[in-house]
Amino acid sequence: MSLWLTVIAAGIATFVIRLSFIGMAGRIAIAPWFERMLRFVPIAALTALVWPDLLLASGAATLGEPRLLAGLAAACVAWQTRNTLLTIAVGMMILWGMQWLQ
Amino acid sequence: MLAGAIPFGLIYGVLAVKAGMSPLLAIAIASIVFAGSAQFMLTQLVAAATPGALMVLSVFVINLRHALYSAALADKLQPLSLRWKALLAYLLTDEAYAAVIRRFDSNVSPGTRHWFLFGAGFGLWFVWQLACVAGVLLGGQIPAHWSLDFAGTLTFIAIVVPLLRDRATWAAMFVAGLVSLLAFALPYKLSIIAAALAGMTAGVVLDHPREAA
Repeated sequence: MSLWLTVIAAGIATFVIRLSFIGMAGRIAIAPWFERMLRFVPIAALTALVWPDLLLASGAATLGEPRLLAGLAAACVAWQTRNTLLTIAVGMMILWGMQWLQ
Repeated sequence: MLAGAIPFGLIYGVLAVKAGMSPLLAIAIASIVFAGSAQFMLTQLVAAATPGALMVLSVFVINLRHALYSAALADKLQPLSLRWKALLAYLLTDEAYAAVIRRFDSNVSPGTRHWFLFGAGFGLWFVWQLACVAGVLLGGQIPAHWSLDFAGTLTFIAIVVPLLRDRATWAAMFVAGLVSLLAFALPYKLSIIAAALAGMTAGVVLDHPREAA
């Protein structure tokens, strides 16, 4: 039940963000410092989820760790191709391959 | 734009079930929150039994970028009624914004251009709901040893890496990553908020000199 309330609150928060400036009908302009900060939100928030999964998922960080290697390879694919689906596909293939070898 | 959303909806649905959500909740999130990366984030946070307040705060932070879209569209949507504004705000996703922003700048007649946003937004909404439902149904069939939770992490990598364009964005990534590791032992998954704030701060600090120049 509390999970439902959490989700509804998250939905309201998202809706309020999206409505913010539209709802204020142009009476308030976006502050330059706020706009500058927003550029870094997805990078910072998503990286905070990625690094622990790559480096701490199995308890200790070593280069032989499947998630770390698969994640680094996926990052290279993302860098070269900017293709999200290809990035996911390569990352999963490498993870499965390494798990199969172990 | 529409077909591209299908695989992500499928993956979300699978991850949500694997995270332990009830099928009904997993499907409801797709229309209550209706934001891809926030939904992926929620599956990870639910799997880690994160307290509710921190889940809401995390979703708030990751969706803050939508304020940019709202600001960019505010002028153009100003003549509409509040109901229209609320409906379009609900449908305002990354994809819908990207699809309409150039059209809004061209010489489409002002009286009809909100229909473009509605069309893009509702089309995506509809496809997204179907894909998420399909993913939830599929999720029950996929064995745990497939490690499909990793697809969420890979999706985040695919979003972040193309955004790394200069010193400031690289710094935001490294600082957020380091803090997420150093603060990992903090209770209630506070490490996510700490890392996000540290990364944003690092980015803004390094960004500033170039902006001023």
